[in-house]
Amino acid sequence: MLSVSSVAIKLLKVVNMEYEVVIGLETHAELATITKLFCGCSTKFGAEPNTHVCPICLGMPGVLPVMNKKAFEYALKAAVALDCEINRFTNFDRKSYYYPDLPKNYQISQNYYNLGIDGHMNMSVNGSIKKIRIHNVHLEEEAGKLIHPEESGADYSLVDFNRAGVPLLEIVSYPDMRTVDEVESYMQTLRKILLYTEVSDCKMQEGSLRFEASISLRKKGSDKLGNRVEIKNLNSMKSVIKAIEYEAIRQSELLDRGETIDRETRLWDEVGEKSQRMRSKEESQDYRYFPEPDLLPVLIDEKWLSAVKNSIPELPLARKQRFIEACKLSDYDAGILTEEKVLADFFEECVKILERPKSFSNWIINDLLREVKDRKLDISNLPIKPRQLAALVEIIEKGTISSTIAKEVFSDMIQTGNDPQKIIEEKGMAQISDEGLIESVIDKIIAANPNVIEDYKKGKKNALAFLVGQVMKETKGKANPKMVNEKLAKKVGV
Amino acid sequence: MRLSGHTALQIREKLLSREIQASDLVGQLFKWIKDIEPNVQAFITTCEKEALEKAVEIDKKIINRQKVGLLAGIPIAVKDNICTKNLTTTCASKILQNFIPPYDAFVVKRLKEEDAIIIGKTNLDEFAMGSSTENSGYKITRNPWNHECVPGGSSGGSAAAVAADFSFLALGSDTGGSVRQPAALCGVVGIKPTYGRVSRYGLIAFGSSLDQIGTFTKDVKDAALLLQVIAGYDSYDSTSAQVSVPDYLQRIESGVKGLRIGIPKEYFAGGLNTEVGVAVKDALKLYEKLGATVVDISLPHTEYAVAVYYIVANAEASSNLARYDGVKYGYRTGESRGIIDMYCRTRSEGFGNEVKRRIMLGNYALSSGYYDAYYMKASKVRNLIKSDFDAAFEKVDCIMCPTSPVPAFKIGERANNPLEMYLSDIYTIPANLAGIPGISIPCGFSKTGLPIGMQILAKHFEEKKILQIAYAFERETDFHLKKPALKGSTG
Repeated sequence: MLSVSSVAIKLLKVVNMEYEVVIGLETHAELATITKLFCGCSTKFGAEPNTHVCPICLGMPGVLPVMNKKAFEYALKAAVALDCEINRFTNFDRKSYYYPDLPKNYQISQNYYNLGIDGHMNMSVNGSIKKIRIHNVHLEEEAGKLIHPEESGADYSLVDFNRAGVPLLEIVSYPDMRTVDEVESYMQTLRKILLYTEVSDCKMQEGSLRFEASISLRKKGSDKLGNRVEIKNLNSMKSVIKAIEYEAIRQSELLDRGETIDRETRLWDEVGEKSQRMRSKEESQDYRYFPEPDLLPVLIDEKWLSAVKNSIPELPLARKQRFIEACKLSDYDAGILTEEKVLADFFEECVKILERPKSFSNWIINDLLREVKDRKLDISNLPIKPRQLAALVEIIEKGTISSTIAKEVFSDMIQTGNDPQKIIEEKGMAQISDEGLIESVIDKIIAANPNVIEDYKKGKKNALAFLVGQVMKETKGKANPKMVNEKLAKKVGV
Repeated sequence: MRLSGHTALQIREKLLSREIQASDLVGQLFKWIKDIEPNVQAFITTCEKEALEKAVEIDKKIINRQKVGLLAGIPIAVKDNICTKNLTTTCASKILQNFIPPYDAFVVKRLKEEDAIIIGKTNLDEFAMGSSTENSGYKITRNPWNHECVPGGSSGGSAAAVAADFSFLALGSDTGGSVRQPAALCGVVGIKPTYGRVSRYGLIAFGSSLDQIGTFTKDVKDAALLLQVIAGYDSYDSTSAQVSVPDYLQRIESGVKGLRIGIPKEYFAGGLNTEVGVAVKDALKLYEKLGATVVDISLPHTEYAVAVYYIVANAEASSNLARYDGVKYGYRTGESRGIIDMYCRTRSEGFGNEVKRRIMLGNYALSSGYYDAYYMKASKVRNLIKSDFDAAFEKVDCIMCPTSPVPAFKIGERANNPLEMYLSDIYTIPANLAGIPGISIPCGFSKTGLPIGMQILAKHFEEKKILQIAYAFERETDFHLKKPALKGSTG
């Protein structure tokens, strides 16, 4: 097995020396509908096996599919968001292959008239923008799941059809990627677009977002594509990257030895970090596509299409650019804020209430996200409201509380969901700006620390900081620090 | 006792006026079935107990003057490729020998809503693939008019059940003539409605773009009654039409004055049995007498219909039948080594020869590199056949022709010649390709006493017109009143 550093070195050799790595991705995203594509069964993840099933999604004799309009619209939305040309006449085809998790032994998919074709997606790679072309976007049904018993020597497998019939969006890119950085950015950018358009929840751990890669190598400067190898069973973005690296090295070694690359499909072994041949081109399946006679073609008119176009929100990359320009945020901060739509929405809500983008950006990135992470909260369900964070920032600006106290208030807000005003009031956290009160505390501290005063007068400047600290301690951090500094300096006679 | 003297509408009157009781009716019916069925073999499954229970329930409703459905207390037989909840549905295939559907087909739901009494599931060619009912995985149904002859197919069991007075009504399915041809061969009335007129939900698919559920009845008015119940939009079938259903019985006596009848010259060419030709021509003369005009027309692409049909239907069938794999329901082979072996054994053992032949033909037509040459081309020619009808209906109101080129043939006579068997459907297939409605009505008998049927075709959704035209003929003739002589073990 290759060690990590040797992978990096070998990979560097592949790309620096003579080969160009050509990569395309096929993405499957489960659409976020409540019910399945062709029946009324729930799409909810994690139910007891075979409880979200009916005669239709089980492919019983005599049943017929009926299109879920919402799913179709989600697919259309995604196709529009990926700048595809929309086929105004689109229909569905049967893709035939035998597998026990496929109830009808054909999958209702699209082949002859895909919903969207010839799209593209802009993405940011190491600070510059790269355009990746999309070959097609289409809608199909999900298969079930095989469950293999853990006992050794078991001569059976079980099938869970809960997932069978869940609407699935397939997005096929052109082989426009050349580096793993580009692949990483492609996956992240696509994920963000699907989340922004709210067509998929993109939960990779639940399998609702999956990738398959196809990789080929060619001599630098050549415009002829090499034989491509498809890689399946990539369960995380990390696996995608690892599998591509592995494959690039494998192919380069074969080519170096003067061997040819077979067109084949390989399975990625997550544990062993290597891939194995699943089938060769000769063994490739003949899917025997033909138009699904049980569904009518869908005609998309101008009105429908423009309604869908209007429903597309500002996409992450555009939003990030706007945050950088209009809110004067750094590239890094704007990137983090636009990573999740909910976060960007939250940020914008805050700014709408109070125009302090930099402050909000800091609070969200440094504090809110940390709390979310520490408490393992769901990002789509933030524990505080923009109105509350805006109120906190306003209170700090007014000088009612110090920034140290503010952190405490914030933490309390996260925990209780209470408004900052209420927390400050109930806990008596408001900053003390009462001159008389602060002076009396200062007098008390001076009286109690004659030695420190002596030191200070002898020129030990940081003795003053010690005294400020004592005053803050005495007031439980609530004294207005600016005022304490000024008055203390005056008293000890600077 | 044989209940041959009555139609469903007449029985309905007697039931509602309490002259007879549904439970007595069903009891007598099953006595007759038990007596005669051994010679006919129309059923795969009968459900006497459930039928009697339902009859008692309906009797109670009638006595209590509760509202009852259109088919209250009327026995009906259902082709065994239409799903009936909790009642075995086999498609006459070994591969579904134990299959008990957990749901009712749309039409079965409608029958139940209208208080019909389902008496059993009728025999068919396995998966409706055939024209003689000889391809059943279970039994060969015999023509009630001559037990040495086939009843036609694939809905041979339903046609025989009505002809033998086992049932007043029956449902069948028609993919290339499977209702009309057996109706003709058994001397009963059979309608194949417009594609989309009746929901296919629960009809076990053969050729999805061609399949349509149809009716078997003793006369035209009963056909109107039964069609009334099963027609209409169903949200569970995307191909079912959102076209309102007219009252089919209303003005059924309108007559045919001024009607223009098209006679396609291609349908009266070689291969047509003389007696059948004469019977249909006599019928046309009667129509002329009743005020209709007969017009010669041409359907120029007719000669391609059978070829197109066997590509489209088999391609769709090869895909529709892929689900019978032994994984989820139905037959599974005993011993196997791995999943592929299990698939192969299950399907080899579960399907009959004709089904296997069609799966192979269909898969071939869809395979990579052949799709354009076969399926695509067939779809294009199919459109030409549709256009033939569109053009014809510009000139005429309906088209008349024989339903089958020959009367019932002998059992075994064509069994080993699939091509000759496929030609049995030469007059019925074009209507399925075009999606238009058609009816077969009795119009004569051969010298050997076998029924002859005539087909009437019209534009999409013109079932009402077809029924009016058919009734005009039936009112003037008595072919539909003749009954096969049937003798059982107890006489």
